[in-house]
Amino acid sequence: MSINVLALLSATLTIATPLVWAGIGELIVEKTGVLNLGIEGTMYFGAFTGFLVALRSGSPWLGLVTAIVSGVVAGLLMALLTVTLGLNQHVSGLGLTLLLIAVCEFTFRLLYAGKRPTLDNKFHVWLPDVPVVDQHWLTYVAFLVLAPGAWWVLRSTGMGYRIHAVGENFEAADVAGISVTATRYVALMVGGALMAIGGAFLTLSVLGNFTLDIINGRGWVCIALVIFAKWRVWPVVLGALIFAGTDALQLQLAITTAFSSIPRELMLALPYLAVIAALAVWGRKVHYPASYLKAYRRG
Amino acid sequence: MTSTRPLLELNGITKRFGDLVANDSVSVSVASGEVVAMLGENGAGKSTLMKIVYGLVRPDAGTISMDGRVLDIGSPRDAMDAGIGMVTQEFSLVETMTVTENVALSSVGLGRVDVRAARQRVMDAMDRVGVHIEPERMVSTLSIGERQRVEIVKALFHECRVLILDEPTAVLTPQDVRALFTTIGRLRGTGLGVLFVSHKLREVAEISERVVVLRRGRLVGERVTAEATTKELADLMMGTAAAPDQDTAAAVGLPVREKPAVGGSEPGGTAEQVPVLRMTDVTLEREGRPLLDRVSLDVMPGEIVGLAGISGNGQTELMNVLAGTDIPTDGRIEVDGTDVTHLDIAGRLEAGLGRLTEDRRGSVLPQQSVEHNLVIEDLRSFTRRGMLDKAAIRTHAEGLIERFDIRAAPTDAVATLSGGNMQKVLLARALARRPRVLVAAQPTRGLDIGAYQYVHTQLQELRGSGAGVLLISEDLDELRSLCDRILVLFRGAVTGGLAVKDATSERLGAMMTGESVAV
Amino acid sequence: MRLVLRGHEPRWVAPVAFVVAVLVTVALSAIPIRLAGANPPAAFERYLVTPLSSTLGIYEVMLTATPLLFTGIAVAIAFRAGYWNIGAEGQFLIGAVATTALALNFPGLPAVVALPLGFVAGALGGLAWAWLPAWLKRRGEIDEVVTTLLLNPVALLVVQGLLNGPWRNSQTGFTDSDRFGSGYDLPSLVPGTRVHWGFGVAMVVIAITWFVFGKTAVGMQVRAAGQAPEAARFSGIPVDRLRFRSALVSGAIAGLGGASQVMGVQHQLTQGISNNYGYTGVIVATLGGLTALGVVLVAVLLADIAVGAENVSLVLQVPTQLGAIFGALLLLTVLSAMSLRQYRISWSGRRRRRTPAAAEESS
Repeated sequence: MSINVLALLSATLTIATPLVWAGIGELIVEKTGVLNLGIEGTMYFGAFTGFLVALRSGSPWLGLVTAIVSGVVAGLLMALLTVTLGLNQHVSGLGLTLLLIAVCEFTFRLLYAGKRPTLDNKFHVWLPDVPVVDQHWLTYVAFLVLAPGAWWVLRSTGMGYRIHAVGENFEAADVAGISVTATRYVALMVGGALMAIGGAFLTLSVLGNFTLDIINGRGWVCIALVIFAKWRVWPVVLGALIFAGTDALQLQLAITTAFSSIPRELMLALPYLAVIAALAVWGRKVHYPASYLKAYRRG
Repeated sequence: MTSTRPLLELNGITKRFGDLVANDSVSVSVASGEVVAMLGENGAGKSTLMKIVYGLVRPDAGTISMDGRVLDIGSPRDAMDAGIGMVTQEFSLVETMTVTENVALSSVGLGRVDVRAARQRVMDAMDRVGVHIEPERMVSTLSIGERQRVEIVKALFHECRVLILDEPTAVLTPQDVRALFTTIGRLRGTGLGVLFVSHKLREVAEISERVVVLRRGRLVGERVTAEATTKELADLMMGTAAAPDQDTAAAVGLPVREKPAVGGSEPGGTAEQVPVLRMTDVTLEREGRPLLDRVSLDVMPGEIVGLAGISGNGQTELMNVLAGTDIPTDGRIEVDGTDVTHLDIAGRLEAGLGRLTEDRRGSVLPQQSVEHNLVIEDLRSFTRRGMLDKAAIRTHAEGLIERFDIRAAPTDAVATLSGGNMQKVLLARALARRPRVLVAAQPTRGLDIGAYQYVHTQLQELRGSGAGVLLISEDLDELRSLCDRILVLFRGAVTGGLAVKDATSERLGAMMTGESVAV
Repeated sequence: MRLVLRGHEPRWVAPVAFVVAVLVTVALSAIPIRLAGANPPAAFERYLVTPLSSTLGIYEVMLTATPLLFTGIAVAIAFRAGYWNIGAEGQFLIGAVATTALALNFPGLPAVVALPLGFVAGALGGLAWAWLPAWLKRRGEIDEVVTTLLLNPVALLVVQGLLNGPWRNSQTGFTDSDRFGSGYDLPSLVPGTRVHWGFGVAMVVIAITWFVFGKTAVGMQVRAAGQAPEAARFSGIPVDRLRFRSALVSGAIAGLGGASQVMGVQHQLTQGISNNYGYTGVIVATLGGLTALGVVLVAVLLADIAVGAENVSLVLQVPTQLGAIFGALLLLTVLSAMSLRQYRISWSGRRRRRTPAAAEESS
């Protein structure tokens, strides 16, 4: 049995990229005390709108911009439901996911019933001949800019203080003159944009086409990663790498003869089971943000 | 004393919540270097008024002005910018942040925070106030008194000219109260105006120059403190001219007369009497730390035993191990001779335990009806052939509503009840099963005078009927007016006890901070 | 103009809010209908009215509502207990798998044995799939939302793995299982129609749920555990145990739904056996107010639209996903309307605080 370690590492980084984008997006949102179960739908939405515009315009850049706008809109909707109207976060998020997926599927079937359109022009890999670093620019940005940037913002800036205060004690934040509403809106919009970029990465960088099961639970994985990471940036990245590593490994094993007798679906299920196992081991009795799942009302 | 020009002026503030008028055209002013006390019992509308001043609640009418300029305060940020600082009753600190981060929180922008400069500014502010706390400490590690000092530093971190203290002494030790008064005196010297909100007459008399009295949302009087007698203020506050009885006096912090000896109920008088509650070496450990440290105490039939102590010294844990929501690591609990240490809650209630916790809202099912709340602990008695006996539940509820004077229909959701009525429901639920001993934690906190007296009467009647009461309270006046004996809880251990006639607040205060006194 | 909390809520507010929400949903879903080139009023007539205007249509609606009744009541029971089971999708699938396992291994059983056993197998399958998250929640306080969600794609992979491997159709070679023995065919509830006994079983389950929640001590305790867990614990109600058991019951009922679908409709396991029924169950339960009657009404409404959507997609070429769009939109608008109904509009804004005298003084 031989495993190509370099190919494994390279695939791990690629598979981890959307999880890092969306996971950090979810992390920022949850730090303010909002659980965004709309993540699955937002990633789907970003993947679809990005693909659609890139396909029509021929420009993946325009597609990416569209995906970002879509993510902001999705975040705005979630904010309207959970912050302004104060609705149950579980139900709102799930409803948003169902709505966005239904809208995308509807549009996709309407426009391309029975066809499988493919982008002529998707993002290219940098350094295509060098193993491991042969990655998309969005991968570079995710690991070298987004993760350290998010870490720094949450740790050392006023915005980070505000997010922390709103998530841990929103009455205190309000009394300190920090708008709970504005902080949560901003977090949901920024988080939505990051989730949508994660989704668009799949269509615009990796696949070049859109399938109806494109996200397939990756959003739920991100939510698990955030809990596993106890709401810290670097452990989210680590968790994404573990999930991606498991996934890359099963892809490698599937092409080696020794494991060909094992059903492919079992291997595909491995990363999900790995995340649940990781939660079972490290996610016990964690300290959730104190205002988690709560809507803020003054007075 | 009073300078010519008032600094902060509230004019004709009115606020209604539905039919309830919380503030009815209230006008108050505070001048520079002046301490004004706002006196009123619980529910008089003080907190609402403070929230209005700080932009947390919008008034229906009236104006707030500083230096004669009318302000439009729509948020705490507006209030801060106008120079108003507030220390709220429940502290507004983020426990998972450091002292520096908490103090700086209200002045950070969006960009990078210069932690070193912020720390220096925080330390400077502490120097001005005369407070010293390590700025890098996590707030969760601070004591209640320290947290309040951080709150004051936080309020003064801005160019604050009027400081509002909302019930600042409610959770403090007598020693911490002294320290707070020293701080207030010092701040007054720097020209700060202070609005001191309280329902404790004695404190008001000591700290303020002027006092305004609020009753049922209305301003009913204003006096220069030095010229007013405590009786006069008490009458204004309660709206009665009669001399306050024991309970009322305790409720407003007046000196309490020594309790007349009750004949025949001399505790421990008859040796063969079985204690209704006996705790023997009860210990509760969590993560290797003892939260309760070998607590032993007896409550005899016909006795009210008080348990004093500063919040956070094990009261909640003691309540939990008695109530059955926590199992002690070690030791033994007996109710009326039955060992209940390892019984579940139903078993404890069966053995004759009644419970009344400090967390009233955490003990009721808010969305469910009064009648359901009254039977939820004893559903077995109301089940017939697998089905709930709705007629019996209704009859039960109607009986208790009448007996305990609960102002609600059996089908009303408990969430719609006032604090006093909610407490009556809980009292009715606990007493309906005729407990041999009632454990009550802070049973009157936040209640108005009527409900306060009602609860006390019920506790006294319970004693009269031969049952025992363990009263856990932070309110020394309440303990002294009601109890036969007072024990003190300090760092999870009972450090001593006094007969009520010996329990001066000085001695209790000393014991509450760790000085042991023999029983 | 701004929103002010109402003191008292007049009787008419709730129904009016509901009607407004429905109108908003209709208006919003008219947009995709238009984009698809259809005429919204005509389309809506087909979505809402046509299925219910013929006996045949009504039977189709009953048939389509059946899986939603199972998942809806399953989710409602868990939510009532304060357990966020969002894994009804996976539990439904594994229920179908368990029934299929029975049917493929004992194809010759007579109906009188096969049908009850088929349901028992489905219930056990759903229960088993619900067990892990419930156990993790009880033992380690691990958030059940995440674990139940994550197990949904895994359940689908289990179905696909079985259909690609051991259960591949022996005649056609397609990724569908073999057809079950005739003993496993659920008989028609109404002779001559496709409405099968699964509908009856669902109604019995719902009736039992109604009875337990409305009439028994356990029902009251479960409700208390869901609404105010701390207070329930204080009153001696075993909150964690009740939640654990409600989670298992919820999973078992979702599994029954899977059993009903394979035995009553498909008579074989297929990849598309669950048409998002588990997720739609969350909509059904929530819109139904977690009540038995509400679940029935909403399940029938969504089934009506689903049947209409099939019809519209054939006649007007509007993709069937419009049914899903409508369901999700209805959920969000109704919840929003129910939140907004606590407020009334006040036309006098901030200005009202200034009394005329004060305004004079300040000017």
